[in-house]
Amino acid sequence: MITGNVVVVGGGVAGMEVAGQLARSGCMVSLIEKESSAGGHIKEWHHLFPDRRNSMEVTDYLARQINHDNITLLTGTTIARMGYGKKVFTVDTENGKSISADAVVVATGFDLFRSERKEEYGYGIYDNVITSADLEVMFRNGEIKLTDGRRPEKIGIVHCVGSRDEKVGNIYCSKLCCITAVKQAMELKEHLSDARVYCFYMDMRMGGALYEETYRESQEKYGINFIRGKVSEVGETIDHKLIIKVEDTLVGRPLRMELDMIVLMAGMEMSKGGEQMAQIFGLKTGENRFFAAADHHYGSNESNVEALFFAGSCTAPMNITETISHARAAAAEVICYLRKAER
Amino acid sequence: MKNEGRKRIWAEYQKEIADDHFFYVRSCIRQSFFPGSEQFFLNFMRNVLGKDIYENPSHTTCTGIGYHGDIVPLATIMTVVARHFALMTEAGYKNIAISCVTSFGIYTEIIETWKHFPGELEKTREYLYKATGREFNIPENMAHTSDIIYKFRNEIAEKAKNPLVNRQTGEPLRVIEHIGCHYSKMFPKYGVGGAEFPHVLSGMAEAWGGEVIDYPERRHCCGFGFRQYLVQANRGYSISNTVKKFDSMKPFKPDLVLTNCPGCNMFMDKWQYTIREMEGTTYGENGESIPVLTYEELAGLVMGYNPWDLGLQYHMVQSEPLLRKMGIEFDGQDKFKTKDGRQMPLPKNLINVV
Amino acid sequence: MEKFGFKISKTRVIDFDQNDKSVAEFIYTNEPSFRLCIECGGCSATCTAGNFIPFSLRELQILLKRGETEKVKDNIEKCMLCGKCSLVCPRGVNTRNIIELAKRAFKTPELHAV
Repeated sequence: MITGNVVVVGGGVAGMEVAGQLARSGCMVSLIEKESSAGGHIKEWHHLFPDRRNSMEVTDYLARQINHDNITLLTGTTIARMGYGKKVFTVDTENGKSISADAVVVATGFDLFRSERKEEYGYGIYDNVITSADLEVMFRNGEIKLTDGRRPEKIGIVHCVGSRDEKVGNIYCSKLCCITAVKQAMELKEHLSDARVYCFYMDMRMGGALYEETYRESQEKYGINFIRGKVSEVGETIDHKLIIKVEDTLVGRPLRMELDMIVLMAGMEMSKGGEQMAQIFGLKTGENRFFAAADHHYGSNESNVEALFFAGSCTAPMNITETISHARAAAAEVICYLRKAER
Repeated sequence: MKNEGRKRIWAEYQKEIADDHFFYVRSCIRQSFFPGSEQFFLNFMRNVLGKDIYENPSHTTCTGIGYHGDIVPLATIMTVVARHFALMTEAGYKNIAISCVTSFGIYTEIIETWKHFPGELEKTREYLYKATGREFNIPENMAHTSDIIYKFRNEIAEKAKNPLVNRQTGEPLRVIEHIGCHYSKMFPKYGVGGAEFPHVLSGMAEAWGGEVIDYPERRHCCGFGFRQYLVQANRGYSISNTVKKFDSMKPFKPDLVLTNCPGCNMFMDKWQYTIREMEGTTYGENGESIPVLTYEELAGLVMGYNPWDLGLQYHMVQSEPLLRKMGIEFDGQDKFKTKDGRQMPLPKNLINVV
Repeated sequence: MEKFGFKISKTRVIDFDQNDKSVAEFIYTNEPSFRLCIECGGCSATCTAGNFIPFSLRELQILLKRGETEKVKDNIEKCMLCGKCSLVCPRGVNTRNIIELAKRAFKTPELHAV
């Protein structure tokens, strides 16, 4: 066992996991979350890829992780200032608390790309243009409906919304959207067996464990159609159907299609909270605006500030498996640091 | 279409438009083919709003059509534009008001080029000085004249005698707004409302009582395309795009097309004649064609100007169906008479006149 | 009509909703592996016919799926049925059967007509 006080900033998947790991090792942890409860984005997600398990199973695990006497969960709390001297951080919260810590873990996660920024897709302008996050809410409520109450018969899924797109300042791949599209396409078919579902992709990036298998399953068992091309424009017909312009790049000709519903695969961006932390702690960020870790290969939890570590998707887009692994690695780094400091 | 979403976009693209003291540059096409538009603009700004607008007779074409037609080199057009800035500078003006969307695009693109490649600016200064002995400042404020009418759209609405309402049904008129590509597609930040849901014309149409139609090919180019039009054999490219747009808008039964670009106005007007001749297709109701108006012409009608003083008779598609819907009285006999009452020759093949 | 020295072109856009996709549906039903193609082009790279004449099985499959059947009808006859395409396909698509089914569908429209 070791001793030490650690502040963990961000109560999502990474923050909860790192807090749990540190508490079990003997540290006293203050887990700071800006929202009214811990859990992060996963709270809003119904099922998880690749196996479509209920996200509650993971949130329940995380809740158990932070159910520990050494953890103080401070919800509705944000950080105002931070000082560091004589190997001790003084972290002042906006609501007037002052916390001393021997180490800090930043686990501020990501923000979903605001899809209205891709103006050409008409999110917030045309009815029945929704995001992947909106669709998860529909799944959780158990009903997929158009705004007029009808069931959609023809659904388009647009990949890479806010990712791999210089026009919105995000040249990186968000990595999770392709597999999310495949997962959601299959789930749509489970809800609406007669519906036709079309995925519009630039590349199918199926790099994770079981992703390619899921992609194949979506074609084989669910009849999901994949059309390679970036949707350039969404409009509305006189019958209030959505109409898209896309090139079928593998035929080499433009294609038009009417759709009842369009689901935008919103990408991941550095969180606003993370940007504030970068300011307050003087942390380096990369070209993609996420935190720049000390070393890409063997120091992905270390920052440019002594005794301050990163956990999870505040450093790059990550899935839950990777986030939990990264959080555990962050805990190991903190423990290692505190041991050295003790000597 | 949900307005809150559009308003959010519009809020992000609000450009600064100067309030007074403009150096005005005309459009080649507009002053030749629908001259009432620029006349209205100058009259409205000077005599209705009391603004100071200066024109210099030494102003020339920007050479934009030649540039986009691959005839005029970049260094030449930059020097021509620099000369206009010199005329502006010499007259003591800092705000430029540009009547043409092609010119607006040219000016915008050249100033952006100079920002990114200061060496080009220095070369242009040198060329202009060697050729003419002139020096210039870059305008502090650059607006297309549709930006300026947009800015004063509510002043026009206050003076409206003929709002954009069908007098018989009481319903708002259905307006197709068509924005010139070079207004904001290259630099969305310099267009009111950006490039996907521009507000410059829709803002006018709505302020004056009309209903703006969003149809699938709203954002498609009119088809003018400079080079495509200039070579006769290539005109099929141009007109095919116009067909695509009109086919797409037809089911919405538009009462008029409102444009801010000289090329769009000319081609959406004249191609309707050509399409009718080639394929027998018309796009308005009852076999009529859809009148295509500039924002000044429409503003003038709304304010109660005589349609023939606005020059509506110089379009291929005549505006009578629109005038009747708006309840505007007109005398068809006066259409082609000079101010002192002499009859001019009557053009053939005008559309929408019985 | 070329009244003014130029023509009005028809759009080259694939009008997905208007196109007749019944041949593709017929193949989906009788050869489900038709769905598995990922457009890698392995089949057309190795194709005996395609190395000499414009013939791409990858392209023909996608045209069938988009309902652009007119472009497939004659072209599909160029296949020499050597089977190399099936051999190299990483997704196990039964390409020979797809060709046979497409030919049958074209010869006997009543099999798939809606």
